[in-house]
Amino acid sequence: MLKIKDLSVAVEDKVIIHDVNLTIKNGETHVLFGPNGAGKSTLLMAIMGFPKYRITKGSISFKGKDITNLSVDERARMGIGMSFQRPPVVRGVKTQDMVAACLQGRGDGDTISQLAEKADLNDFLERDINYGFSGGEVKRSELMQLLAQRPELTLLDEPESGVDLVNIALIGELMNDLLEKNCPIQQRKCMGLIITHTGHILDYVNARTGYVMCDGTIGCVGDPHEMLATIREKGYEECIKCYLGRLPLYE
Amino acid sequence: MSKTDTSRTYKEKARAAIEKKASLGEDIDISKFTSEDENPTYQDDPSKLPAKAKTQMLDAGVMLDDPSQRSGTYIQMDNTPVHSSVSQDGVEVMPVGQAMEKYDWMPDYWWNAVAVDQDKYTANIELNRYSGYFIRALPGQKTVFPVQACLYLAKDQLVQNVHNIIIAEENSEMHIITGCTTASREETGLHLGVSEFYIKKGAKVTFTMIHSWSPEIAVRPRSGVIIEDGGLFMSNYLLMKPVHTLQMNPLARCIGENATARFNSVLVTGEGSSLDVGSRVMLDAEGARTEIISRAITTGGVIIARGYIEGNAPEVKGHLECRGLILGEKGIIHAIPELKGNLAGIDLSHEAAVGKIAEEEVEYLMARGLTREEATATIVRGFLRVDIEGLPPMLADELRRAVEASEKEVM
Repeated sequence: MLKIKDLSVAVEDKVIIHDVNLTIKNGETHVLFGPNGAGKSTLLMAIMGFPKYRITKGSISFKGKDITNLSVDERARMGIGMSFQRPPVVRGVKTQDMVAACLQGRGDGDTISQLAEKADLNDFLERDINYGFSGGEVKRSELMQLLAQRPELTLLDEPESGVDLVNIALIGELMNDLLEKNCPIQQRKCMGLIITHTGHILDYVNARTGYVMCDGTIGCVGDPHEMLATIREKGYEECIKCYLGRLPLYE
Repeated sequence: MSKTDTSRTYKEKARAAIEKKASLGEDIDISKFTSEDENPTYQDDPSKLPAKAKTQMLDAGVMLDDPSQRSGTYIQMDNTPVHSSVSQDGVEVMPVGQAMEKYDWMPDYWWNAVAVDQDKYTANIELNRYSGYFIRALPGQKTVFPVQACLYLAKDQLVQNVHNIIIAEENSEMHIITGCTTASREETGLHLGVSEFYIKKGAKVTFTMIHSWSPEIAVRPRSGVIIEDGGLFMSNYLLMKPVHTLQMNPLARCIGENATARFNSVLVTGEGSSLDVGSRVMLDAEGARTEIISRAITTGGVIIARGYIEGNAPEVKGHLECRGLILGEKGIIHAIPELKGNLAGIDLSHEAAVGKIAEEEVEYLMARGLTREEATATIVRGFLRVDIEGLPPMLADELRRAVEASEKEVM
């Protein structure tokens, strides 16, 4: 289980996220909607533990342990993984080196080939990671690495952005594998938190809980499909008006 | 002109240049060093050389216990050849003095790719006791295993004078590994090495040089390469241990159509070292190509990484890539890429980057579960990895092992 309590996060000296509360139980996938600049990526980065995203208040616990002060790699080794929206190019580090690093000795060359086959990235294993990759290739590569890492909690930052319609189905397939969507609900352990701007990914990956985030706070909790319908129909402005009417404003 | 006349002319030119400072690099007082060595004894079986020397040589890529992986071997200790042998047809390996006696045509290759009066160092080689190797691939012959050569500096305060001649006859193919190393980590020494390469029509040579010097050694190699029609010269240079001062700027001239020169350099150094390493290529014939790639890492020393490409003929193409990484607080990397085009219709480009490891890259790897140290090591390893097109797998493996060893030096 992931439990976020009264979390506030600052980047440099500016507080971006205020008093966020969120709980994801084992086997659940949650979706985070929100306009640009709402603080969605900041929340994911803070959960992953990047030092630039400084927690000023509140706590994050994972699998019953307070991880608020753990480093990125400690969190990764505890079972948190992240698909980056715009991962850096690391010259000289091959895609297969990254997959091997994610495997942490749990597989061999064959395992890497199988994962590449699955993500349709066979021709990319020898290439420098993310160097000259298209939008869809970046996303598939991120998911391939996560499939090697097998995190219990997967943080996905706009997994469908820059992906064409042909590739989005494959992205959905890889995500379903990662989030154990093919297992009966009772047996699922893996959790997911997905940021989506367009909601297209919901056509491929099922989720039961959605949030709308705006100005660094979570305004609404509900069924993500219903939320998406409202957002599509009325836009984020209506969403914001709705919950501004219900929630006390953050000072 | 007879051999004697030629020799006299070179001696005169050398005497005129003996005070001539090099245009680059710190000036070294050669008078502090002696050319006279202890006359090390010749060994028919190089595996019988002292164990310590063999270990040092192995670090520089020279294998003496298992010669089956080599087509020939040359070993020079100080200024004396102590072994030369060939284990495969089609290739000749011998001390350069022996080749001088054997072949009348040797003057055609003597001080032809490098000028004897280039500077005081080339002059010093001509005027003092020297040796060096002669390696030749016979016409049409392709050797699978590389020829290995070791230039070993044993005596304190010695100047090692080397003059090598490498000839790849038409349509031949060979690989050479030269390992340069020293017996002691404390003693001082000066290594002066001239290497003249002649790549004939359609010939291919890969020349891998591994420098494993010590912090008290000064090094001034002087190399020249002449490449004829369709010839390929590929140089892989790896400096993996700190050296006091090293300056070199080899010059390759593509004089034949579609001739190709490639230079890959990996420089790793630390505090107290000063390196000035470049590669120059003149694209003098139609369709000539070059690629110069250098990677430099310093943990405290100074590295000047140069590259120069000049296009003098139509349809030539050249690319220069120079990347430097400064690890730690100290250290200087000065990248100087230069391109000169002397006519239209040429294609020359360069990219250069100097900096520290990007924190964003380290954190990306940490998010996959690697510790900060593991992530940094992975990035450094990647930085040093130069994928060399056309390198035989065995050589690529050996180079990888050598780079991994230098990576340990850095980390």
